[in-house]
Amino acid sequence: MAPVDKSKVPWWVSNLIVPLVNLTLALLVSGLFIFIAGENPFEAVRLIIYGSFGYIEGFAYTLYYTTNFVFTGLAFAVAFHCRLFNIGGEGQAYIGGLGVFLVAINFSFLPVPIVWLLSIAGAVVFGAAWAFIPAYLQATRGSHVVITTIMFNFIAASLMVFLLVDVIRDTAQMGPHTVALPKEQWFPSFKDFAALFGIKIRYSPLNISFLLAIAASVFVWFLVWKTRWGYEMRAVGHNTQAAIYAGISPYKNIIIAMCISGGLAGLLGVNEILGVHHKIVAGFPAGYGFTGIAVALMGRNHPIGIFPAAFLFGILYQGGSEVTFDMPNITRYMFVAVQGVIILFSGALENLFRPQIESFFVNRLNIKASA
Amino acid sequence: MEFLYDIASLINSTLRISTPLVFAAMAGIFAERSGVIDFSLEGKMLMAAFVAAVGSYFLGNPWLGLLLAIIACVSLSMLHGFASVTYKGDQVVSCVAINILIIGLTTALAAAWFGQAGLTPTLNEDQRFLEVNLPFAESLRDVPIIGTIYSDILSGHYIFVYLAYLSVPLVFWIVFKTSFGLRLRAVGENPSAVDTAGINVFVMRYKALAINGVLIAFAGAHLSTAVNANFFREMSAGRGYLALAAMIFGKWHPKTALVACLLFGFTDALQIRLQGVELPAIGEIPVQLIQAIPYVLTVVLLAGFVGKAIAPNAIGQPYIKER
Repeated sequence: MAPVDKSKVPWWVSNLIVPLVNLTLALLVSGLFIFIAGENPFEAVRLIIYGSFGYIEGFAYTLYYTTNFVFTGLAFAVAFHCRLFNIGGEGQAYIGGLGVFLVAINFSFLPVPIVWLLSIAGAVVFGAAWAFIPAYLQATRGSHVVITTIMFNFIAASLMVFLLVDVIRDTAQMGPHTVALPKEQWFPSFKDFAALFGIKIRYSPLNISFLLAIAASVFVWFLVWKTRWGYEMRAVGHNTQAAIYAGISPYKNIIIAMCISGGLAGLLGVNEILGVHHKIVAGFPAGYGFTGIAVALMGRNHPIGIFPAAFLFGILYQGGSEVTFDMPNITRYMFVAVQGVIILFSGALENLFRPQIESFFVNRLNIKASA
Repeated sequence: MEFLYDIASLINSTLRISTPLVFAAMAGIFAERSGVIDFSLEGKMLMAAFVAAVGSYFLGNPWLGLLLAIIACVSLSMLHGFASVTYKGDQVVSCVAINILIIGLTTALAAAWFGQAGLTPTLNEDQRFLEVNLPFAESLRDVPIIGTIYSDILSGHYIFVYLAYLSVPLVFWIVFKTSFGLRLRAVGENPSAVDTAGINVFVMRYKALAINGVLIAFAGAHLSTAVNANFFREMSAGRGYLALAAMIFGKWHPKTALVACLLFGFTDALQIRLQGVELPAIGEIPVQLIQAIPYVLTVVLLAGFVGKAIAPNAIGQPYIKER
């Protein structure tokens, strides 16, 4: 099939129709997996929708997961614009959480809003620092970030377990976690917010980090598309040789892109530590870093796409836990597999039906125009 | 004598631990020499471990389990080829998709079929591979030096251990001494020149990926039907990435990749020995930090203190035939 002239393809075909077709394919394949596991896929869909929208606590959980996925999705997207595959979001978030905790516990004599700001900065700095070494090695030695960032995930996990067991463990408790932060430092949660309106909720992990996620999205949009640095970074990602010719340093941009990416992943620690656990719990990033990859690819690496994609994964996570509760044969790993399928169809196989869909719409529009 | 025995057992475990890395590195050489990035070694190894364990459990024969694992891995390789060779999708994205898909799918299916923990049932002696004792191993054991080398180091391994080290010269011969190998390397370096010579670039890459699938299946089967008697969640534990690092460190050559794999295996064997041991001057190193040593070593090796690694020229780029 002859490729269509890209300029004639309306934006909504390439940015809405094609991703939706890919998503549909991915969900069909996922339904097949659920069938193989011995459960009814349609019943699973009903449970997912009920679990994520059916009641107020469920919906709040959906938004809580969305918050995490926005952070990790933005993290992957920023690096991806520089053609870097930062799959180390998991480790960067883990270390970012360490930053949040250390700042909050050591500066607890300061007024609470200042502690919050400093903690957020701590998350960014620690997350960025954890991304710096892979970035530096990629920039100077060409060591592929996919391998180094994965290794840094493993190293972060070992380091954090070591710290939680031997160094910063709450010695009054058995489990590998730290002491809790003072209660006044905890982020206001959706429960407190709903109480203002007289709605009683038992518990909700949703907290004001959600607003931070919105702010981060705006920040990334501005940074990548509206600043000179964003332009340089995209130039390096698009065509390194041309960028060098234009006087842009790939070395500098690779390191900055990775550090910003790591810093954004670190923000996950803010949501988890200040908003939910109020202490460091072993393994708190729980795969959110990897989900960020699927979120970013589905959202076509743009904040406007990442937000709905993160929301979709929020539905999948929250609805998924409803499914695992009701269907004994389905575990949360089934939804890890679903992520893989979504990455496959909306990332690697995104060109599967693109030419057909684009030429179909272009031809129809031409007929309309000439009629 | 105690010391000699320690050394022998350390070498013995090095050979065993390096085995899946050697298979994976050889698999990686085929894919990457043909110009296709393969970060999905990790996922394929895990898939092979799962399929081999489940297949062997239901069919009662580890060889049939291995056969199914080969079929599964070749299929995954074909999927990778379909996305990145035929549809020219991003090769790294395709690999990341496969890895995440397999981590989820294997554990989810193991849990759905065999219970919540994500373990497959323990295989009995008929359903798994057993250690192979080389001839005369018992009678030679008491001969000094030779006995130690032959009976304690070389004998008594699983069949995969021997196959892995035999695969290295074989891969070397195929890649560097046959016309197929010449074409393979050419496709990875300069696909348009190969195309001009009338060789189909796509077919070459698919062939390379098929061999890659067969080799990686052995690594997974070794994990779940030889050294362990079942599959458990994420049992490949990053070995696919370690092997890839070994391959890059070995500059995409079987022999040097083997050396890097053995180095990883030795570090891992040593790390197991070091757990809970009091070292002079340092004291006991916490186990979590010791376990991180192979991963740190990977980063150090990749940083390439022996010089920058030069990948095949056309790696990662989909080939677009001129019209």
